[in-house]
Amino acid sequence: MSRPLRLLLVSAALLLGTLGHADTVQVAVAANFSAPMQAIARAFEQQSGDQLSLSFGATGKFYTQIKNGAPFAVLLAADSKTPQRLASEGNALPASEFTYATGKLVLWSASPGLVDAQGAVLESGSYQHLAIANPALAPYGAAAMQVLAQRKLLVAVQSKLVTGENITQAYDFVATGNAELGFVALSQVSLNGQISKGSAWVVPAKLYDPLHQDAILLNAGKDLPAAKALLDFLHSDAAKTIIRSYGYDL
Amino acid sequence: MSADDLQALLLTLKLASLVTLLLLLFGTPLAWWLACGRSRWRTPVAALTALPLVLPPTVLGFYLLLALGPQGALGGIARAVGVLPFTFAGLVFASLIYSLPFVVQPLRTAFEGLGPRPLEAAATLRASPLRAFFTVALPLARPGLITAAVLGFAHTVGEFGVVLMIGGNIPGQTRVLSIQLYDHVEALEYASAQHLAALLLLFSFAVLLVVYRQRAALHHV
Repeated sequence: MSRPLRLLLVSAALLLGTLGHADTVQVAVAANFSAPMQAIARAFEQQSGDQLSLSFGATGKFYTQIKNGAPFAVLLAADSKTPQRLASEGNALPASEFTYATGKLVLWSASPGLVDAQGAVLESGSYQHLAIANPALAPYGAAAMQVLAQRKLLVAVQSKLVTGENITQAYDFVATGNAELGFVALSQVSLNGQISKGSAWVVPAKLYDPLHQDAILLNAGKDLPAAKALLDFLHSDAAKTIIRSYGYDL
Repeated sequence: MSADDLQALLLTLKLASLVTLLLLLFGTPLAWWLACGRSRWRTPVAALTALPLVLPPTVLGFYLLLALGPQGALGGIARAVGVLPFTFAGLVFASLIYSLPFVVQPLRTAFEGLGPRPLEAAATLRASPLRAFFTVALPLARPGLITAAVLGFAHTVGEFGVVLMIGGNIPGQTRVLSIQLYDHVEALEYASAQHLAALLLLFSFAVLLVVYRQRAALHHV
C-alpha cells in the first residue's frame, strides 16, 4: 500500500473512531474554572472514554448563547443565579443543579511585594490601573465591585478601572503588567494552596457575596449519558481533590 | 439613544477621523514608494503592509498587549510617549496598524494606474518631482484618495477584536461603538443593541455606496 493511501485510511479510521461509540459533550465553563476543568477533563476522558469539548467564557455570555440555541450540554457557571434562571426559563433541568465549587476572589499583582496582606495597596496611589472582569457579565467582576464598595473606594478608583470581558482577560491585563493590580480568581494564581506568582491578597469572604458556582444539565444534554456522567464525576473524590488544589472551597 | 451610546458614538468618530487623517498623511508617501520605488525592499514592505488584512485582530491585539506592557519590546518607548493600552492614544496606535492596508492599497493602485506619462510630461515642463507629485499625481489619483479615506474610516469604525484586547472598556477613552454594542448584547439589552446595530448597518451601506458611486463615475468618464 502506498504511503499516502495508508495515511488516508488511518486518518479515516481515526475519524470514524471519534464518531463511533464515545460521546462528545459540549461543556460551557466559567472562565475562572479553566485550569481545574482542563485537569478534570483529562481525568474524566481517561476514565470514561468520552470526549469533552470545552468552551471558556463569561457566564453572562453563555446565558445569552444558550438562550439563543447554543448546543451546550452542560454549564459550569461562575454563580448560582444563571443556572437557576436557565432552569426556571425551561432551558435546563432544575433537579440536576448543584454547587461544584465555591470561588475565592484575590487582589493580585504580577510584581512581587506590591500587594500587602490587608490589601491596603488599594488605598495607595501606587497604581494606575485596576483590572476587573465586567461586573455586568462576570460574577467575579460583581464581587470585585462589592469589595470596592465595602472599602468605600468606588469613586476613588473609578478612573483606574479597566474591564476585561471575562475574568481571564482581567488576568491577562495584570499578567502582562499593563494593569498593576487586578481582582482575579484565586484559581488563576494559585497552585496547591500557594500563590504561585506575583503578590496577592486573598479577599476575606465577608466582603462579598459567596461565589457559589453551580453546574447544571442543559436541555441539549438531556439524552446524553456522557453529560450526566460528567456531572457525576464532578461529585467524585478525584474531581474534588483537583478542585480544592486550585484554591476553591467545596 | 442613551448618553453612554452617544459618548461611544462620538469617541468612535473621533478615533476614526484621527486615524484616517494620520493614515493619509503617512500612507500616501508609503503608497507612492510602493507604486513607483525601485528598492528591493518594496515587496517585503508591501507584504508587511498587507499583513493586518490577513491577521486575526485578536493576534494583533495580543501582540500589542505584550509589546506595550512594561516588559514588552515597545514598553519603554510606549511609556515615554504615552501610547499605552487602556488609553485613547493606544487605540489610535493600534488602529493605525489595523487600518493601514485599507488606506495604502487603494492609493497604491491609484498611483500605479497613472502610469509614467503624466509625470514625464510634467518633467519636460521642468516641474520638480515634488511639485509634479502635488500638482499632477495627487489630483489625478483623487478617486483613489477618496476610496482610501472612506475605507480607512469605515474599517476603524468597525474595529472590534483589537479594541477588546487592549481597550479595557473605559467610557470616553476606549469604549467605542462596537464594544458598547457587544456589551448591550451580552447584557441582554437587545433593544439598545438593535439601535446601534442598525446605525452601523446603515453607515456601512452608505460608505459602500459612496465607494461604488465613485467607481461607477470613473468608468463613465
